[in-house]
This record gives sequence, C-alpha cells and structure tokens, in this order.
Amino acid sequence: MNNIFVYIELEEGVVADVSLELLTKGRELASKLGVKLEAVLLGHNVSGVEKTLAEYGADTVWCADDELFAPFRTLPHTSVMCGLIKAEQPQIVLFGATPVGRDFAPRVSSALHSGLTADCTQLEIGPHKDAKTGKEYENLLYQIRPAFGGNIIATIVNPDCRPQMATVREGVMRKEPVAEPKAAEVKPIAWKEYLKPEDLAVTIIDRQIESRKIDIKGANIIVAGGYGMGSKEGFKLCYDLAEVLGGEVGASRAAVDAGFCEHERQIGQTGVTVRPKLYIACGISGQIQHTAGMEESAMILSINTDANAPINKIADYAITGKVEEVIPKMIKYYKQNSK
Amino acid sequence: MAKQVPDTRNVGKDAMTPEGTVNRAALPAIFNPEDLNALELALRLKDSAEGSTVHILTMGPQRAADIIRDAMFRGADGGYLLSDRKFAGSDTLATSYALSCVLKEIGADIIVAGRQAIDGDTAQVGPQVAEKLGLPQITYAEEVIEVKTDTIVVRRRLERGVETVESPMPVVITVNASAAAVRPQNARLVMKYKHAMVQSEKAAKEGTLSAELFEQRDYLKIVELTAADIDCDEMQLGLNGSPTKVKKIENVVFQAKEAKRLTSSDEDINELMVELIAGHTLG
Repeated sequence: MNNIFVYIELEEGVVADVSLELLTKGRELASKLGVKLEAVLLGHNVSGVEKTLAEYGADTVWCADDELFAPFRTLPHTSVMCGLIKAEQPQIVLFGATPVGRDFAPRVSSALHSGLTADCTQLEIGPHKDAKTGKEYENLLYQIRPAFGGNIIATIVNPDCRPQMATVREGVMRKEPVAEPKAAEVKPIAWKEYLKPEDLAVTIIDRQIESRKIDIKGANIIVAGGYGMGSKEGFKLCYDLAEVLGGEVGASRAAVDAGFCEHERQIGQTGVTVRPKLYIACGISGQIQHTAGMEESAMILSINTDANAPINKIADYAITGKVEEVIPKMIKYYKQNSK
Repeated sequence: MAKQVPDTRNVGKDAMTPEGTVNRAALPAIFNPEDLNALELALRLKDSAEGSTVHILTMGPQRAADIIRDAMFRGADGGYLLSDRKFAGSDTLATSYALSCVLKEIGADIIVAGRQAIDGDTAQVGPQVAEKLGLPQITYAEEVIEVKTDTIVVRRRLERGVETVESPMPVVITVNASAAAVRPQNARLVMKYKHAMVQSEKAAKEGTLSAELFEQRDYLKIVELTAADIDCDEMQLGLNGSPTKVKKIENVVFQAKEAKRLTSSDEDINELMVELIAGHTLG
C-alpha cells in the first residue's frame, strides 16, 4: 500500500530504456519515502524480465502474462492498470512519455479521477502549503515540467487525489543499476477480474515496426541541424560533418517539423536529452525548447549567421557565418590537422 | 474537438512579463496545428459519407469562436463554443470532463481531435474524453483507411512504424501532424459564413447588417454554451475539478557565459580545429 508503481514498457520483449530510467528515479523516491518500488509488467512471455527490473531497484514485480497484452492495446492495459491501482493504492505511478504511455496514462487518470502531469523533466519529494486554504501537505511529488513552448518551468502538485501520476520522456533521467540488487518478489495480477469484454473491441490488423536504429543519446559528438540548414538537401551537410568527426546527427524541432530529418533525431523538450562531449549546433537559433535537451553538453559550438542568436549565450565557441561555408571548411581543416 | 492556442512557436521578447508570467496578449492566437490535421480528417470523412456533418467543439473565451469560423470557411457545418468563467483554471481532467458532458448531449459517431495542443503538449484531453464517454480511442491517427457499417479502420503513426487498427464506432480519434494538411479556406464558404457568430458577439454588433443576417439565417448561429447549459457537476469544473495545481512557475533565463567568437574565415576555422584536436575534444 502507498508504494510507488512504475509501468514497464517492453520493446520486442526487452525492457525499454525509459522504464529503467523511471525505476532508477523511482528507487530514489521510494527510499526517500520509505516505501517499496513496484514494477508493473503487462506483456506476453515475460518471464526473466523481472531480473532486469530487480537490478534497477524494483522490490516487487506485478505481472500479467498473456498474449492479449502484446502488442499493446489501449483498453486492456487501461483496465488492468486501473484495477491494480484500485486494489493496491500506490501513492505515485510513473509512465514513460512514449507513444504507449501517452496513449493510455491519460485514460487511467481519467478513470481514476486523479491528476497526470505529462513530460516531467524532474521529480522530487517535498512539502506543500495550499495558498487558499492554508492546508499543509508533506511528502508530495513535485512534478516539474517545461510549459508554454519551454519558456517557463512549472512545478505541479497533486495534493488531494491519488495516485500522483506523471509521464517522463526517454533519455531525460539517468538509468543506473542499484549497487546491491535483491531478487524482486513476483506477484501475479488478477487481471481476469479487471478486464471487461468490450476491452477487446479494437483489433490490430497490421503492424510494421522497425527496430531501433538510431541512438544519439550515447554519442560523444553530435552535429545538430536546425531550420537554418535551409532544406533537406542542405541538411545533408550535418551528416557529412558527423561522418568525418565520428559523431551522430541530431536536429531541432524546427528542422524535424520542416521535414529535414526524422523525429528520432530530435533533441529538446519534445525529443531526447543529450550530454555529448561536443555539441555542434548548425543553423539552430537556440529556443529553450531545444537548449533544454542539450545544455549539459560538455562543449557547445554554434554556427549561425546571427551573432546574437540565443544559442550563442550558452555556446563555448560561436562561429558567425553561413553553415554552407563553415561546415565544408571544418571538414577540410579537420582532415588536414588530424593526421 | 479543437483548441485556440497562443502561438508558442514564435515567442517574442515580450511574451513573458517581468514577473515571469505568460503575457498572453503578446502572443497571436491560432488554430492549434494538429487540430487542423484533425479537421481535414473529419472533412474527408464528410466528403465520403453523404449526409454526414462536421461540427467543431471548443472551450475557451469568446475569441475562440474565431477557430470555429475558420473551420466553417474550410467546410465544417457549425460549432459549439463552451465559454464560462467557471471553466477557468481547468487542467486536462476538468477540461475533458466539461467537453465530455457536451458530447454526451450532442452525440457523434466519430470524435476527432488533434494529438496535442502546442501550449501544453500533454496529449491528454483526447484519451481522457474517450474514457469519460466509455469509448475506444485511436491515437496518432494518420489516415482513415475504410469506414464500414459499424467499424472504422485507421492507420496510426508510431515512433518507429505504423499500425492499422479496426475499432467499433463511436470512437475518439486523435490525429498526428503527419496526417494530411488542412484544405485552404473556400471563397464561397467565406462569403457564406463570414457573419457567423456566437450570441454574445452579436450583442456588440446590434444594429449592423451582421446582426440582422444573424437573426435571419440559422446557419450563422454558432452555439454558445455556459456551464449552466450543460448537464454537469459544477464541482468537477475549472480549478475545483482539477486535481493538479501549479505550485511554482519559473521563467527560464539563460545563464550568461562568454562564447569565444569566430568568423567563417579559413584562418579561424583552421585554428578552431587545431584547438579542438589538441584538447582531445576531437579525435
């Protein structure tokens, strides 16, 4: 009772990074509150997965193993999650802000009439005093997220309704196995009691999912292009430079929205957060939406025609010039000097 | 379902007040972009099924009637503006409660909305409405493949692929930006609907041609609803009905740090590469 739940997402039977990141954060919060960290696993043929979950700090693994849970469908997952939450009364429930989490977590919040904060970038525990009633609360979950296109950071609390629910994007929080893992207790979910016949009304006719190919989070060097790359053709310069330097290509939301680059490479509040050794921002103005996802890079180099672009305020090196002139020169002089 | 939003994509210097709150007046109000994709998906359904109609449901201040008119200029038949101080301060749950109360009364076979609004980026209202109505949902919809007698087949866009699902109707569908772009305004419809208004807008135009036409032509009447007009529990509206509370707001300010300034000259770029290689930043 009153423990912390983390909904575990599986990708082809493997635990998604975001779920391990949530367990890492959940472990920290659970220790602070003196409660258990409980993973909720809905899938098919999932035995063995509990070991991974224990390595990342789960005390308990609630498990429903049946073919109707994979691939993910909204209604069965919603009903089972709601049933388990009602039975177990966790105080906090965390979901990945993935297509899955963002699809069904709102339904869970709606069914349970409790708040859900989307895309949190930080989670903390702290007290709260209601400004109107003066009522004081201890140990609330601070759900911290950017809002309004990233121009403000809001701390949201959910004082009176339970559970307190939040989604967190992949790559925003660190994942770290616990120092001395203990085996997790595996408990079956009484899912047949929670499922309604109409939950199976939606059927999947066809599904074509590519395996994950791009992983820019782990790259030491990232060459990121923005709207200033001008076109999809122009954006190719980023790939040229990344290839020569041994880095990965990233993009701002503006570049992705303009179709220069696929969404998987998007960096920022609505993309991934990266912390490379070197971040080269090409034709990126530096809206907060973007910088929130890269400002912790060890070194930032910007190329922009506007000497006053906001990105230059956080850059270590600011080159004022056109990307189509500067990038070929960087390639040329890198090759000349690196030998 | 659609929302009028401040255009957070083009935030200017005066978008934030010195106190760190949002200066809504300085931001242009626009039709939420993915709601336009949703409108197009709905209009295509209307085109393919004779006798069907498309209505916009939005919650917001009086000026949100602008997006209903905009939708009518593109092919929608009318709309509902849910407007009341009692809705102020609604979080996504209170918003979805209010919208679902209206939808219970007006009814629809297919409820379409954008995936998310650019001022909040939460993507919650669509699924929350579906839950409150007890309907299935199809999120991230890209295209309707087929409408059968009682079911609809839709292709969804996921992060790394596509999925085609079949759902019974009624259903709530949320639409991705990757779906077809909205059609332009139609000159004939602009002429037809340019005097479309809600009752409270008409009050300010008393005695004008606009007001006269409004009285004569029913298709110019955009339905305006207050909390009193819908069958709802007022404790679930606005701030009261919102479990989440904003504890603190911080304005994001860049930390000032001096960047080393370079030009695009060969000398500068050469020196830079030498420096980065020497410092082992580049291998």
